[in-house]
Amino acid sequence: MDVLCVENLHAGYGPIEVLKGISLVVRQGEIVTIIGANGAGKTTTLMCISGIVRAREGSIVFQGRQIENLPAHQVVRLGICQSPEGRKIFPRLTVQENLEMGGYAVASPAAVKSGIERAFELFPILKDRRNQAGGTLSGGEQQMLAVARAMMGQPKLLLLDEPSLGLAPLIVVKIFEAIRKLNAEGIAVLLVEQNARMALKLAHRGYVMETGSIVMSDKAEVLLNDQRVKDAYLGK
Amino acid sequence: MSATEQFIQQLIFGLSNGMIIALIALGYSMVYGIVDLINFAHGDLFMLGTFLALTLVGLVLGLLGVNPQHITPLATFLGILVMLVVCPPFCAGLNWSIDRLAYRRLRNAPKLAPLVAAIGVSFILMNLGQFWGGLPMDVFGQGKAAAAPKNFPDLVPATNLLTKIGLTSNIRFTWKDLMVWSVTLPLLVLLTVVVKFTRLGKAMRATAQNPVAARLMGIDTERVIGSTFLIGGGLAGFASVIYSLYNNTIYFQLGYRSGMDAFTAAVLGGIGNLPGAALGGIVIGLVRAMSDQYVATIWTNTIVFGILVLILVFRPSGLLGARAREKV
Ligand SMILES: Nc1ncnc2c1ncn2[C@@H]1O[C@H](COP(=O)(O)OP(=O)(O)OP(=O)(O)O)[C@@H](O)[C@H]1O
Ligand SMILES: [Mg+2]
Repeated sequence: MDVLCVENLHAGYGPIEVLKGISLVVRQGEIVTIIGANGAGKTTTLMCISGIVRAREGSIVFQGRQIENLPAHQVVRLGICQSPEGRKIFPRLTVQENLEMGGYAVASPAAVKSGIERAFELFPILKDRRNQAGGTLSGGEQQMLAVARAMMGQPKLLLLDEPSLGLAPLIVVKIFEAIRKLNAEGIAVLLVEQNARMALKLAHRGYVMETGSIVMSDKAEVLLNDQRVKDAYLGK
Repeated sequence: MSATEQFIQQLIFGLSNGMIIALIALGYSMVYGIVDLINFAHGDLFMLGTFLALTLVGLVLGLLGVNPQHITPLATFLGILVMLVVCPPFCAGLNWSIDRLAYRRLRNAPKLAPLVAAIGVSFILMNLGQFWGGLPMDVFGQGKAAAAPKNFPDLVPATNLLTKIGLTSNIRFTWKDLMVWSVTLPLLVLLTVVVKFTRLGKAMRATAQNPVAARLMGIDTERVIGSTFLIGGGLAGFASVIYSLYNNTIYFQLGYRSGMDAFTAAVLGGIGNLPGAALGGIVIGLVRAMSDQYVATIWTNTIVFGILVLILVFRPSGLLGARAREKV
């Protein structure tokens, strides 16, 4: 079953059209990755799904429900949570408060509390930092916080925008492990990554995006061995 | 009166006036923190609050058949009660409506646009005040001189409480001071608790710090912004009641005067920083009182706005400017 089905999506900023009619699906239990060069429109795609950027044309269907141009706070309530590019941690809220904000849409305080406990299990370092202001964490710690914060909303679909950006390899492994663990619990994941090799190794399927269009889509291992993908995105 | 007594007297004066400034400054700072807008209409909102307060007192006195020159305890009690119940919600609702009608549609416009809108709203409110002052009521002098300052009936006696408790000195701490302190201090505590510990308060801080991230967390940021205007307006409403009772004169340009003091206070504390705004208000109140006494009243405005210029030049983030910087 499709969790998310995006069809012919157009979006942009002012006079610039960034997304030129993209289509993609995320199925139940899948990790799907979008890879592509800088400026291809990956972040715009996720922001459009989250309701931050307006969809000009096309449709976004989540669990059978039309959601394009739904206000962002309602999209979250349906079960789509995002860890955005650049982390966007609340710098003067504590780690604990950042996590509480992640659970803002969750009605039960008990669920928020157990969510925070889970986040601390997933990233124990956050527990040591719980009363520290978010802005004083290291880059890697902030990234863990961003992923944990997105988890707090009890997502059915998790959108991750470059969770490995600027992180030491050891921490990247840690975060990818966490993503795999969450996926194993049944959360569908749409992952945007610069680190295409790692993303394709983790994902079930992948899409390749070029200047606002999807130019290739296949099983992840097929993309990993595709010569054009190798040349353009995997290096070496 | 000895020099020490004089100094303490000015301290009391300064604190009381400073608390009133602080309540107004908080409204500037909260709104700036969350939508990056210097709401120039905020002082005028406060002014309209004082006009509503005077209207309410006029009605209460009329209803009780009490002469403004001979206030009865019942008139004092009822008058204050009615003002405290009506003025804060009025200012809160008006502030919310102004945001809804004028600022909200400019949320994504260049910053100059809402700023100009705020100046426009300020003029509208000021003119409303002038019109209001022309109403044919006794308390407005039958509206014969709409623009003239209005006397606010002396509901709170200026009896010195210090002599009442047996202290013999020339220092005066009156019912009026007590009234200002006992309205302001609980409000400051309440606001701190709301902003620090409640769900709304945390959502306000989150929205102020990163609006896009706040929306991604499921926070309805427009609603949070609306609540911020409500709270800021409500505080201005309380300020309008205690200002009127403390100073006994109101006029339609009052918003400009008090607004500039409060704005300076907000900048002094680091605009967007709420404890800073409260502290800034008290500092400005004290500076005014000391300047009035030890320099000369005609220099007081110069000194206050000199401070504004100095902060803007040398320490634009204010005394308590935002501490933790964003990491990028
Ligand atoms: N707020 C904005 N206003 C105007 N143009 C924008 C805005 N955000 C993005 N763009 C433009 O849209 C295009 C796509 O940007 P987007 O951020 O979606 O790319 P991306 O694939 O995520 O790139 P990267 O890998 O560098 O993160 C770029 O050309 C960018 O300049
Ligand atoms: Mg991007």
